[in-house]
Amino acid sequence: MSDFLVSRRFYAFAVAVLLLGAAWTIQSRVPLSDAAGGQLTSPREGFPAPEFTLEDFQGAPLASSSLRGQVVVINVWTSWCGPCRAEMPALERVYIAEKSRGLVVLGVNSTIQDNETDARGLARELGITFPLLLDRDGAVTSRYRVRALPTTFIVDRRGIIRSVMIGGPLAEAALRSKINALLAEP
Amino acid sequence: MFPILQLGPAAIPVAPIVLLAGVLLGATLIEWHAARLGLDRDAVSNMVYLALAAGLIGARLGYVIQHLDAFANDLLSIVMPTPTTLDPLSGLVCAIGAGVLYAVRYQLPLWRTLDALTPGIVIMGIALGIAHLASGDAFGAPAQLPWSIRLWEEDRHPSQAYEILAALAILILWRLGRDRSPFDGFQFLLVAALFAGSVLVLEAFRGDSWLFRGWRISQALALGILALSLVALHLLSRSHPTASPLARTGEILIGTEREP
Repeated sequence: MSDFLVSRRFYAFAVAVLLLGAAWTIQSRVPLSDAAGGQLTSPREGFPAPEFTLEDFQGAPLASSSLRGQVVVINVWTSWCGPCRAEMPALERVYIAEKSRGLVVLGVNSTIQDNETDARGLARELGITFPLLLDRDGAVTSRYRVRALPTTFIVDRRGIIRSVMIGGPLAEAALRSKINALLAEP
Repeated sequence: MFPILQLGPAAIPVAPIVLLAGVLLGATLIEWHAARLGLDRDAVSNMVYLALAAGLIGARLGYVIQHLDAFANDLLSIVMPTPTTLDPLSGLVCAIGAGVLYAVRYQLPLWRTLDALTPGIVIMGIALGIAHLASGDAFGAPAQLPWSIRLWEEDRHPSQAYEILAALAILILWRLGRDRSPFDGFQFLLVAALFAGSVLVLEAFRGDSWLFRGWRISQALALGILALSLVALHLLSRSHPTASPLARTGEILIGTEREP
């Protein structure tokens, strides 16, 4: 082996490997027309967020597509989930402080595994002012593949999911660290 | 894929557990291989765990420094276990820095110590592939192939499976070459070259590559690492022209007096 590594055959081998590698790199370059990303939606970082329309506690529908151009925090919660309850005040504080800069917090109650009375009670008890939506048939919980509560998705102004945080309670600083840069984006 | 393990009220992502298992198994193999190469296994083990701890702390501090305005009024949250608030590059720099400082302080020979790390690196490569499979990360480009997998609403290259198979192949190659190492550093550079080669080839099948004007950044980095590894193999082999392969194994170095 040592002999091979100092031989001319090794030079030839190394050059051939590197040239093949360079050619493969060129060959597998992504066309600029595709590099901007497709329209596939998926509940994960880098993908356009799946769109939905849900009713709030007053029965008014809210379409996520109407929030394009704003930074959207989608927090999926239930009233019986301790960490969900614990992080709600932090979400509220960040919403109050940043809504003038274009931040929207959507609290999506996974009503299919909760009940509306308890959900309303928790919102009242905590004095939540950001929009709270009812996912009665679990469609959003399913489309966003929520497998643990709470789960928080942060969507940028272009509708792309930039961060997914599973579990909680979410620290206010962690939330701010995720949204500050997004709020500064045009 | 099972990204979340729900144990009562606790939601535990599977991927970090797989990575943790990889770290523990890798660290154990590193200790064993260090002893085999005639190194102080405790010193190498301490270096590995110090580097891991420094990497974790560095990753969090790096993230905090980049988002100082967010953490300034909530210092306690710096120590909260939020995996999404880590900066991998800072962690890597701190881990390497701490490892190098420890190695210098305890006079561990550079190339042989790097050789001792190789089984851990290969095991982490396998664990990373399994973690990607569990979480759905590092997913493949859309493709209609008999072996495509359905993921994120599309049929795709099973890039995570490619990643695991490549790491397993590297494990086999490393195992075959382990006892034939002609000089210190050979195993490390061989594994580095093989991993770089696998990334160079397999990145083309990924659907989530980091791009710069259409170029896949990982491929460019891999090409650079491959070139450096080949050059280093050549230079090291020139500075160690001949040596008995057996004399390079730990048992013989420890147990036998060599003739002058």
